[in-house]
Amino acid sequence: MSDNGYRLRLIGISKQYPGCLANDAVSLNIKAGTIYALLGENGAGKSTLMKVIYGAVKPDAGEIVWEGKRLTIDSPAAARGLGIGMVFQHFSLFETLTVLENIALGLEPEASADLPALARRIEEVSKKYGMPLEPHRPVHSLSTGERQRVEIVRCLVQDIKLLILDEPTSVLTPQEVDTLFTTLRQLAAEGTSIMFISHKLKEVKALCEFATVLRGGRVSGSCRPKEESTTSMAMMMVGDETPVTHDYEKVIGGEDFLSVQALNLATDDPFGVALNGIDLRVRKGEILGIAGVAGNGQSELLAALSGETLIDNADAIRFPDVALGKLLPHQRREQGLAYVPEDRLGQGAVPDMSLWENGLLTGFLQGLVKKGFLQPAAIQSFTDTIVSRFKVKCASNDCSAKSLSGGNLQKFIIGREVLQNPRCLIAAHPTWGVDIGAAISIHKELIALRDQGCCILIISEDIDELFAISDRLGALFDGQLSPIKNTTETSIEEVGSWMAGVFEDGVEQSADITAGASAA
Amino acid sequence: MKLKLETRGQDSTLIAYLSPAIAAALTLICGSLLFMTLGVDPLQALYTFFIMPVNNLDGLTELGVKATPILLCATGLAVCFRANVWNIGAEGQLLMGALIGSWCALELLDAEGIWVLPLVLLAGAAAGAAWAALPALLKTRFHTNEILTTIMFNYIALNILLYAIHGPLKDPAGFNFPESALFSDWQLLPILVDGTRLHLGAAFALLAVVATWTFLAKTFIGFQISVLGRDARSAHYAGFQQHKLTWLALLLCGGLAGLAGVSEVTGPIGQLVPQVSPGYGYAAIIVAFLGRLHPVGILFASLLMALLYMGGEMVQIEMGLPLALTGLFQGMLLFFLLASDVLITHRVRVTRRAPAGSLEPILMSPTQEHLLPDTQPSSAISQEQN
Repeated sequence: MSDNGYRLRLIGISKQYPGCLANDAVSLNIKAGTIYALLGENGAGKSTLMKVIYGAVKPDAGEIVWEGKRLTIDSPAAARGLGIGMVFQHFSLFETLTVLENIALGLEPEASADLPALARRIEEVSKKYGMPLEPHRPVHSLSTGERQRVEIVRCLVQDIKLLILDEPTSVLTPQEVDTLFTTLRQLAAEGTSIMFISHKLKEVKALCEFATVLRGGRVSGSCRPKEESTTSMAMMMVGDETPVTHDYEKVIGGEDFLSVQALNLATDDPFGVALNGIDLRVRKGEILGIAGVAGNGQSELLAALSGETLIDNADAIRFPDVALGKLLPHQRREQGLAYVPEDRLGQGAVPDMSLWENGLLTGFLQGLVKKGFLQPAAIQSFTDTIVSRFKVKCASNDCSAKSLSGGNLQKFIIGREVLQNPRCLIAAHPTWGVDIGAAISIHKELIALRDQGCCILIISEDIDELFAISDRLGALFDGQLSPIKNTTETSIEEVGSWMAGVFEDGVEQSADITAGASAA
Repeated sequence: MKLKLETRGQDSTLIAYLSPAIAAALTLICGSLLFMTLGVDPLQALYTFFIMPVNNLDGLTELGVKATPILLCATGLAVCFRANVWNIGAEGQLLMGALIGSWCALELLDAEGIWVLPLVLLAGAAAGAAWAALPALLKTRFHTNEILTTIMFNYIALNILLYAIHGPLKDPAGFNFPESALFSDWQLLPILVDGTRLHLGAAFALLAVVATWTFLAKTFIGFQISVLGRDARSAHYAGFQQHKLTWLALLLCGGLAGLAGVSEVTGPIGQLVPQVSPGYGYAAIIVAFLGRLHPVGILFASLLMALLYMGGEMVQIEMGLPLALTGLFQGMLLFFLLASDVLITHRVRVTRRAPAGSLEPILMSPTQEHLLPDTQPSSAISQEQN
């Protein structure tokens, strides 16, 4: 049954949150067997709209028509019952359970009763769509890319009619992205509708047949991505006033500022990655970018640099002449280091605390504490500065960190670290989940900081970003660092092969350890 | 009809403050039912329980006497709980304070001078802190769960106290009763209101409230404790030292509990006896949560808890009801508090009966709800109700 041949129609969906109209009379039509893109900046209302479809959010007004019938979707379980599956940006998997157990948990009791049959089905489905999975492997032993497969296969073991993917490629290598796209095209060819949410316009152009663009909760346009340029789509997302691309001048830095020498670090964590002979120098006034698929030692390297993990050999990390290895995070801050961590919530910010408290969290050396006592006026003005200069959208400094959207919180954290005028900034995924406009302003702040003579180390999974702002580039694979080259002298292909463990001497380094490479 | 609990987008501050009042009201209602089943007039029983103990000056000052040790312990516990250090051991720390304070007092029985009392008090506070240091060491050194260790240390402390009172500290001239000698005047806390038992310890408790509030709200270390309690990973990222803060919280709490213990023996009791505490250290846990881990809230909660102790005694004397009522009322209060605290993060929503996932051919109406979480799929618990 269908209504004018549409599988799903959304008519005039509105959703009001306190202080924010997340969706304003949004209408959308989805046909069977077609790949759609939903584009928009952070806070444009994409997630809300998808949660409405997935039954996680109830709209204030509007109609949902599924295969010709008007209905309400009360819960994700109801959505799954209709054949709607969603792959979230953040995986909801139990690490200690196996692939099979994780998938069984998401199913109706009757569907998961026969585990051996389900295991066979998982193997069959995953093989059919080119993303092989071993049902009995515990999830903690899987790479990020494989975990995503679990999430997708979880949707596919049931009869799936609409698959929603929320920024699925942000955790994948370029090669893994290709594999994913092959799978999605195959699914579409078999009649599944696909809704692909992304910031990455190149991918949308490569994959999607139709794109709907949201801006400020409204549909601001729709297009056929293959007939548009990425710039024209970006303009639709951000409006006309914001510049959407920017070229930064590459520079050659001064003397070595931050140096890491023969850093070896075993890991206590059974799921961790040991660092193996990391050598790198970040020069004064330059940005060094480190690429890599998540789970190849980035977390461990970041923790070693920040002081969250202390190093036995204090001299392994020096800045500029001080041995940092045994200094605690706040002592490293006293030396002029600042640090944007990987996780915004629950590392970079305390979810239940207000913005001013989160400003104080690392800003305490900026005159916010005197003789052990807090200085409320100074704390508020420090927070005000972050909020205004980095355009953090929030009702007041008393908002809790968890009430901010991911991109807004990222701006806040970057602002908090940049405003400490560090001599060395270590930043993990500086624009992860941040919209184009904000990403450009963050990049500009980083470049400005560089030009003031700060040395900046950026660890990111976004190759385009690294090429845009880094002066030199390298990649991490399985705890080892590739050679480092000037950005102007390398290519995306070369860095991509470093990320897969192929370093310049042409030797493939234990590529079987991480599925990051095996998916290629 | 269907009642459904769903997460709120933002925690409700209103409910956070209202919840203790809701809990108190529900406790009163259930208390009345309880009295009715016991065959007594609930109004009279409630009057005897809650009003009669405090309807004169004597009663009011006694309330202060009872509230003092609870308040001292609960203030310290609030610091621990804020740091996510689950110290259940205030009782043991209090007993150790009473024991070592008494030992010190008995050693100095013949000494005279204004310095004697401070020394005794200091010994008690130090003993409480030392008793809290053991679980601190175990936790920071061996990752031992402090809930278990502090509970176990409570029993050890109680048995050491009983041993001492039946042995080395027993009054040689005391007809073999398990009691120490009476302390001298130089060792007793001064009385604040003539003709009553309200002693200087109450002033210590109030001072502790003010000092702890300042510490938690105004100092950087207090801030670090809050960060540690709410999100240890952020604390680690910021470079706050978890071990030091854990030590600090436990030592502070132990010191205050020890002071509570020594203030009991040098205050209203005047000697060391086996029944130094009717469970003040445990009651303080309830008080700390009832007071929302806030020193000022704890002040009021400790008065309420003291009233429960006095009311339990009063209904026993006046109406012949069992003393166990005190424990029952404490239990109900904590139970209802925890239950109503769910409403801080969740709301109850009434929905029409509709099996999940049914294809209801209806037009969507603008919903009555303005706040829906966009973080989590809703519906933690749902319950059928007709």
